[in-house]
Amino acid sequence: MCTLITKQVKIDGSGKGSDGWFTLREANVSYDHPFNAPMEHALNLDFVNEAQGLDARVAVELSEQAARALVDTILAVLDEARDGGHLE
Amino acid sequence: MVETNKYEGMLAEIITMSTKNGELINAYFARPLGPGPFPGIVIVHHMPGWDEWYRETTRKFAHHGYAALSPNLYFRTGHGTPENVAAKVRAEGGIADDQALGDLEGAMQYLRSLPNNNGKVGIFGTCSGGRHTVLAACRIDGFDAAVDCWGGGVVMKEEDLSPKRPVAPIDYTKDLSCPLLGIFGEDDTSPTLEQVAQHEQELKKHGKSFEFQTYPDAGHGFFYYHRPNYRQQQAVDGWQKIFTFLENHLKLAS
Repeated sequence: MCTLITKQVKIDGSGKGSDGWFTLREANVSYDHPFNAPMEHALNLDFVNEAQGLDARVAVELSEQAARALVDTILAVLDEARDGGHLE
Repeated sequence: MVETNKYEGMLAEIITMSTKNGELINAYFARPLGPGPFPGIVIVHHMPGWDEWYRETTRKFAHHGYAALSPNLYFRTGHGTPENVAAKVRAEGGIADDQALGDLEGAMQYLRSLPNNNGKVGIFGTCSGGRHTVLAACRIDGFDAAVDCWGGGVVMKEEDLSPKRPVAPIDYTKDLSCPLLGIFGEDDTSPTLEQVAQHEQELKKHGKSFEFQTYPDAGHGFFYYHRPNYRQQQAVDGWQKIFTFLENHLKLAS
């Protein structure tokens, strides 16, 4: 059953949805039933722009292990970019 | 029962219905053709939304001789694909119990108002819809049978209560007003076997009419043929139990 574990974070960036690229404003992060991934619960990322309506959404559904690995990898890449003086 | 030489027909369509509070929402309505009388059943969709599985399930009940009405509990969130609407609801932490109950009471009243209703209306739901079914059977007068399939969150910890879900459904057990059938999987994590047993104890304590069936080698949502948790034998048996239970309480009892 639905855990209803969810959090939202404001973000800046772009996402490619069913109608092409759009500006991302929010990311909804939940650990709940996925729509497609073959597991009972997943770490769900919905990159959205609420002002543009329900269809402005890029969805990702990950296993717990995949989500943790992704977070570690993102941080490692950002650290390397910072250490190389590439961050804007 | 299907018989090869009998006429059979069904009408299934989106309609507009009134909630208890007089708001208009849409609903999927499938009913057998013919004069009836037919029992009614309210079909309560799950967290993943008012989706294709629920369209099919609503028609399945009509095929079995029920006027089946599935209200769109996510109507107020907006419109789009069921998945995009449900994702928005998920991000908002679900819908409020009182709002869902108003919609379900409106659906029950709609079915009772039909000229060919046989005087009986049941309610069926899975996942969050199973939880809403238990709540409705306790808090709304007018249901004659209820079927809860793997509704988690019937038993809730104090810290999980919220303005949208202020009371755990199990705490309304004394008000349950109709027979309840529960269908569960042993491997489910919500509800767990312990939570199902706790609900069972509460129902016994208050002398309620209920049947709980828990299937081995089945987890959450084992009727969903499009998901990896599908379990063919358990699902077939579960559907048989549901239709036997509803026939006893909504057809033979009329």
